[in-house]
Amino acid sequence: MLHIEDLKVEIEGKEVLQNVNLHIPEGETHILFGPNGSGKTSLMLTIMGYSGYKVTRGRITFKGVDITYLPIYERARMGIGVSFQRPPTINGLSTRQMVEICARDRKIDVDKMADQVNMRGFLERDVNNNLSGGEIKRSELLQLNAQQPDLVLLDEPESGVDLENIAILGENINSLLNRGIKRSKGEMHKGLMQKRKKSSLVITHTGHILDYITADRGQVLNNGVLQCSQNAREILKWIREYGYKECIQCTE
Amino acid sequence: MYRIDKEIDIKTEDYSFSADEHDYINDLSEINEADSKEFENVGIETDDQNRSATFILKDMSVVHCKSKQAGIDVLTITEAMDKYEWLKDYMWKDISPDKDEFTTLAKEKPSGGFFIRSEKDVKSQQPVQTCLHISKEGFSQNVHNVVIAEEGSELHIIAGCSTSAHMKNGLHVGVSEFYVKKGATLKYTMIHDWGEQVNVRPRTVTHVEEGGVFISNYISLKPVGSLQTNPVTYLDGKDSVAIFNSVLVAGPGTDMDTGSVVFLRAENTRAEIVSRAITTGGRIIARGSIIGEVPGVKGHLECKGLILNNGLLHAIPELEAHAPNVEMSHEAAVGKIDQREIEYLMARGLNEDEAISTIVRGFLNVDIEGLPASLVKKLDKAITDTQDDMM
Repeated sequence: MLHIEDLKVEIEGKEVLQNVNLHIPEGETHILFGPNGSGKTSLMLTIMGYSGYKVTRGRITFKGVDITYLPIYERARMGIGVSFQRPPTINGLSTRQMVEICARDRKIDVDKMADQVNMRGFLERDVNNNLSGGEIKRSELLQLNAQQPDLVLLDEPESGVDLENIAILGENINSLLNRGIKRSKGEMHKGLMQKRKKSSLVITHTGHILDYITADRGQVLNNGVLQCSQNAREILKWIREYGYKECIQCTE
Repeated sequence: MYRIDKEIDIKTEDYSFSADEHDYINDLSEINEADSKEFENVGIETDDQNRSATFILKDMSVVHCKSKQAGIDVLTITEAMDKYEWLKDYMWKDISPDKDEFTTLAKEKPSGGFFIRSEKDVKSQQPVQTCLHISKEGFSQNVHNVVIAEEGSELHIIAGCSTSAHMKNGLHVGVSEFYVKKGATLKYTMIHDWGEQVNVRPRTVTHVEEGGVFISNYISLKPVGSLQTNPVTYLDGKDSVAIFNSVLVAGPGTDMDTGSVVFLRAENTRAEIVSRAITTGGRIIARGSIIGEVPGVKGHLECKGLILNNGLLHAIPELEAHAPNVEMSHEAAVGKIDQREIEYLMARGLNEDEAISTIVRGFLNVDIEGLPASLVKKLDKAITDTQDDMM
């Protein structure tokens, strides 16, 4: 689904990613660990094509197409979707309208979708206006649910979310990725597994989200370099026990 | 550089004060196609089933004046003066003909005007529509209007002003005196679509009594030579409210100097002035002034502007408090479209132009209460057209 080879990225002349190689096959969820400032968000925004993130080497391939220099919207239309950490407010544009924008030509029931993430009460409010941390996550998930991307990039989905809501959030992420274990009546496990085509890259600093979503693999980003690729839970154990410093050392 | 202090010199003697008579039209459906299109652009419907009453002044001829609802009185100002002796007490009350050369014109060279009154406790079931239209090149249309919302009544007026498509130069002077009596509500939505060299000088004074509500919406998205207006509202009675929303777009060659002044004169009065301005090469001065004269009043000014391509935006919010215990605030922001907003929308699948359009539409989307759906649609289209002009 996503291939990143030998990627080097600069922001205003400053190198933020040095040499990133990453492969996320179809249907897999990968976790991206890393200390603050290690370049996790930069990697995500580079994959999305944000301005200011200048690729100086390497390439990004999505569904077999080189997207390294494609504009953001073309990547979005090809099936990449992001849940942002701090999305901007757009005055005069309601969350409902935003969700409709995300759906493009697909017919959707915005109210019903909003109910799933407990956002019905916010639909008429300007998108992201005066939302709490948790509300922003829910709003972003609602938008992604409408967008139905094939590759989902989630930037710290658990940050700012209180414990009570994190489980609901995890469930929503799982259902967006077709990884939920809740199945509709008559649906067999096999059918559920066959639907699982979506890939994702989940950025986490604390790793808490791993208690709620299942992951196939974990990677650690440090100083702009991907330093480890292993079982996500194993990485998390190491980080929790010894901190990032030790964890990173294992590959050095 | 665009100059803030640029003087716009209008020589009133260059305009003509006479125009050909236009025939009275009994049924709105008989209005010729060209006119009806112009009217529709400013919210005037030629199918009057959605309107309580209609008044149309073309140059200096009243071409239609009719009310369908009992208790909603719509007359030409001359008829009204003949009919109601007391009307003189409402005319030139707080605005003198000597105020400036334009008010003098309205007094000396009148072209007509409307009188609209909602009787006590009567609610206009549908909006009343008024249209002031100029079709003669170089004509100076000088109108005088009086609107009275009697006690407990509710009146919604859609006031469209336009010029014929072929018209370039003209002058429009409008002296308007509004009276909102005890517990009454007057909603006045003005939509302007003038010619590129038309100069527009509205002069408006409003009085609001106890518990009265005055909501004024002003929308001008099309080119205009120059517009200068600074309506004054007096909240005389306690608990009265004034709300002003304006949406302004100025392309190259357009000069707008608009504002609102509200005097908070009684206990617990409240004013809100919100403006959204976009310049794509024109000059906009967005003023707002709230004067708190007694304790316990509230006022808020909000003035936001975007400069796309080029232009001048000058936001002048003013607060004046003459008493303790007042709550008055303002916020003004002038700038460009935030790249983060554009990219956020692009990440949801919109291309750059679509993203900018969406942001601009949102920016201009001031919550204008009570606009009929047809008008909302029309405005949406006008905003889209505006964007096309900008791109």
